[in-house]
Amino acid sequence: MMNAISDALIITKRQLLQLARVPEVLIFSTIQPVMFVLLFRYVFGGSIDTGQPGGYVQLLMPGIFVQTVAFTLAATAVGLSADMQKGLIDRFRSLPISRSAVVFGRTLGDGVLNIVVLVVMGITGFLVGWRPTSGALKIFLGFVFLFVFGFAMSWIGVLIGLSVREERVAQNVTFIAVFPLTFLSNAFAPTTGMPKPLQYFAEWNPVSTMVAGCRELFGLKNEFGATAGSFPSENPLLMSIVYMILIMAVFVPLSVRKYNNASKK
Amino acid sequence: MKAVIAENLIKTYNKGSVRALDGLNLDVEEGTVLGVLGPNGAGKTTTVRILATLLSPDSGHASVAGIDVLKHPDEVRKIIGLSGQYAAVDETLTGWDNLIMFGRLYHLSAKAARERAIELLEQFSLSDAAKRPIRTYSGGMRRRLDLAASLIIRPKVLFLDEPTTGLDPRGRQDMWGVIDDLVKGGVTLLLTTQYLEEADHLADEIAVIDHGRVIARGTSDSLKKQVGGERLEIVVENANVAATKEIVAKVSGSAVNVDEGLRQISAPVTTGSKALIEAAKMLDEAGIHPLDIGLKRPSLDDVFLSLTGHVAEEKIAEVSDATSGRKKGKK
Repeated sequence: MMNAISDALIITKRQLLQLARVPEVLIFSTIQPVMFVLLFRYVFGGSIDTGQPGGYVQLLMPGIFVQTVAFTLAATAVGLSADMQKGLIDRFRSLPISRSAVVFGRTLGDGVLNIVVLVVMGITGFLVGWRPTSGALKIFLGFVFLFVFGFAMSWIGVLIGLSVREERVAQNVTFIAVFPLTFLSNAFAPTTGMPKPLQYFAEWNPVSTMVAGCRELFGLKNEFGATAGSFPSENPLLMSIVYMILIMAVFVPLSVRKYNNASKK
Repeated sequence: MKAVIAENLIKTYNKGSVRALDGLNLDVEEGTVLGVLGPNGAGKTTTVRILATLLSPDSGHASVAGIDVLKHPDEVRKIIGLSGQYAAVDETLTGWDNLIMFGRLYHLSAKAARERAIELLEQFSLSDAAKRPIRTYSGGMRRRLDLAASLIIRPKVLFLDEPTTGLDPRGRQDMWGVIDDLVKGGVTLLLTTQYLEEADHLADEIAVIDHGRVIARGTSDSLKKQVGGERLEIVVENANVAATKEIVAKVSGSAVNVDEGLRQISAPVTTGSKALIEAAKMLDEAGIHPLDIGLKRPSLDDVFLSLTGHVAEEKIAEVSDATSGRKKGKK
């Protein structure tokens, strides 16, 4: 058990070393969400009336946070797929290490990267007018939620990354999966304007429950985007926790199994 | 004592439609080098992957240093080293970073991992490049670092899957030197290759595999003998081909082969250098000065051709490992 943890941490450390050796990766993976914050804040923010104090940016920030951590799925998938193609996974599997160390280390590493990105985004948000009002503890709790959600999504990425033949496929598959998920939600605009079937989808979408949950934790009234009265919109935090547990309960064992039978395509 | 044993390994892909291994048997005596020689798709990599615990066979047994590979893979992983066709190291990290990471994953202490990294970098002439990212390394350097990474724990049994594929001649020579040194150090080595010359140079014994089975096995010399003895080969000017043919026929006493294009006359001989001297004398008396004359022992290419009915170097490029299965090469 101790070995399993220390093995995983060595893999995590490897990812952090990579960032130190090629800092561009960190810089560019931070620029994109920062760009999103600025674009949405200034392009859409002016024309969306939220009816709440503080304006659109208060509602936008939780949405962009969730979108960003949801995309951890893509980062994990692409990273693992690259390791697979280069034969690194073969080498790791020939070592006397715990059978889950490599995938745990990878998801943890992507989680650490998320922390850095979230901090930078939070600062950017603050600079453009984001002011969470719920107090330090709840704000912190909000970020914990975001971290865990990113970690859970990362496990879906493990399975995809180990299943596809090539990095580029991993890139495309994950984009096709995550992009609609983040837009068919309450993250950027109210769901009430969508056609009915999409509203139902958006209402149950884990991205929506996460966004609504974070809005609550950051001290906003959760009316924007929620389909009034439905279970997920009334209990976004509870639903988010259920989703995170579900995702991990399904994808952690599947991913570990996939890793142990992994072979280069 | 046998350091590696594979018994009756069968591995199929695509629900049994492709038989990658079809009852493969081999063993490696402790402290020796076995060269597994075969064309692409013959089952070399599949064999290594099974022995290195990366893949389970459909049926059959395998053991490494007396440990059952299928029952105790974790124990096997503690005593083997694996270095593959593609340099499996992290290219964004430096050589040093890589060796430390793998050392730590082998559960060496931080201090021991550092000491071993210094030793290995020295041994593989990579000390100067230690702090450079791998992506700046040449192909040969990458391969050496990959090999170094597989030697961190001083494995009892080393598997090298096509260690020189894709290297330039210089890189190949360097790699051979490095492997020679390892073998002198007493490691048991199973090496796969599609280069006959490489098996000839590095291996104590050679197992020729094709279509997932070992079709011949022995030392390089005994395999060559299996194909036939020596041949007398003479190259002459066009005008002298006919006369030379008569002389060779007299010396050899068996069927003479004439290659008009190369102006080469050849025939099997049983008396070795005596036949050569005799032929040279007769040519001289006839006033013929051969452009080239010599005794040729069969090459491993000849061995391969005669054993499999197809040529070894034939790169079955369009047919991948998984689909090539039973496709016959051109005769």
